[in-house]
Amino acid sequence: MELDGNALAGDLREVFAGDVTTAVFTCAGCGHAGAVATLRVWEPAPGLVGRCPHCEDVVLRLVRTPDRVFLCLTGATRLELSLQDEI
Amino acid sequence: MVRAAVPRRLTWRVATVVDTRQETSSARTLVLDVPDWPGHLPGQHVDVRLTAEDGYTAQRSYSIASAWPSDDGGQVELTIQRLEDGEVSPYLADVVAKGDQIELRGPVGGWFVWREKQPAPVLLIAGGSGVVPLMAMIRARGLARGRQPFRLIYSVRTPEDVCFADELRRRVRDDPGLDVHFVYTRKAPEGSPVPPKRIDVAAVNSHGWPPDFQPDCFVCGPTSFVETAADILVALGHDPKRIRTERFGGA
Ligand SMILES: Cc1cc2nc3c(=O)[nH]c(=O)nc-3n(C[C@H](O)[C@H](O)[C@H](O)COP(=O)(O)OP(=O)(O)OC[C@H]3O[C@@H](n4cnc5c(N)ncnc54)[C@H](O)[C@@H]3O)c2cc1C
Ligand SMILES: [Zn+2]
Repeated sequence: MELDGNALAGDLREVFAGDVTTAVFTCAGCGHAGAVATLRVWEPAPGLVGRCPHCEDVVLRLVRTPDRVFLCLTGATRLELSLQDEI
Repeated sequence: MVRAAVPRRLTWRVATVVDTRQETSSARTLVLDVPDWPGHLPGQHVDVRLTAEDGYTAQRSYSIASAWPSDDGGQVELTIQRLEDGEVSPYLADVVAKGDQIELRGPVGGWFVWREKQPAPVLLIAGGSGVVPLMAMIRARGLARGRQPFRLIYSVRTPEDVCFADELRRRVRDDPGLDVHFVYTRKAPEGSPVPPKRIDVAAVNSHGWPPDFQPDCFVCGPTSFVETAADILVALGHDPKRIRTERFGGA
């Protein structure tokens, strides 16, 4: 089923202190930059796969086990987070 | 929005169903009491987790329908549309009863959010249950007596599928600067000048804001609906940076 990066908010918020869906990623494949919320997310792949909305390369992969979260960000050259978000 | 109350690590909370409201034959609102709820912004959602007796769990996201009053009191409301072949939604839409408890974590999602201080006009485009987070925005604007002009284009199959129908009618009358337009995809109300059809350029052009008004656009619903509506907005000349989308999944 196709979702988008908004659906990652809970799993990411479990790992990070702030909201990562508002962070801006830069795609390693095509250089496109956009909010993590705009990633195209497929589930239930083995974990959640976030693809670049521009070139469809995998930007982020999140896999959960009962007591661990694995987050691969090999498809992003950069992640820019605001330190001023209200929530 | 009591920031200090937000735990650093998001944890699951036990929420108690204190009331339920049938919105349509297939959608129901759960009114939840959540201890120590930190408040939320319109557009945010929660993750709901159900656990079977054998330990099997299923997790889904649900938008928060209610606005959170700044004076704190208030409850968290979720509006769930039943999918006939669904695993989780039939349980939440039909089975859960007053007094029952469910696990949830949130609020989460800071991107698909409308903030009261945003001055721009707002265009909301909903497909089916995608109206839920947009309703939270309409309710928040109502609570804050916001002056930003709001327009909602709401695509539903038939007039019987409109969620929050009475409240929308009342708000169009009482909330200055709120307009609602319905797009019926299967059956239009009697006497309707247009036959049922899917959302198209004409509907968005006539009932949305012109791009030079630079509205903030929020589009939510099933994935294919969101893509169609967002494409129409871009084709009409809206700045993609002002178009925020949230896909609920499915077709
Ligand atoms: C951020 C976010 C917020 C959401 N908010 C709400 C909300 O406020 N209210 C609400 O009712 N739902 C909402 N959803 C959808 C919800 O999370 C579930 O996907 C939905 O309730 C179906 O779950 P299920 O277990 O019943 O169906 P499943 O067993 O997961 O799926 C059954 C079948 O329905 C299809 N399907 C799944 N979701 C949809 C869909 N949305 N539209 C059409 N077909 C679908 C699947 O592909 C599958 O074929 C939201 C989703 C996201 C990502
Ligand atoms: Zn890319």
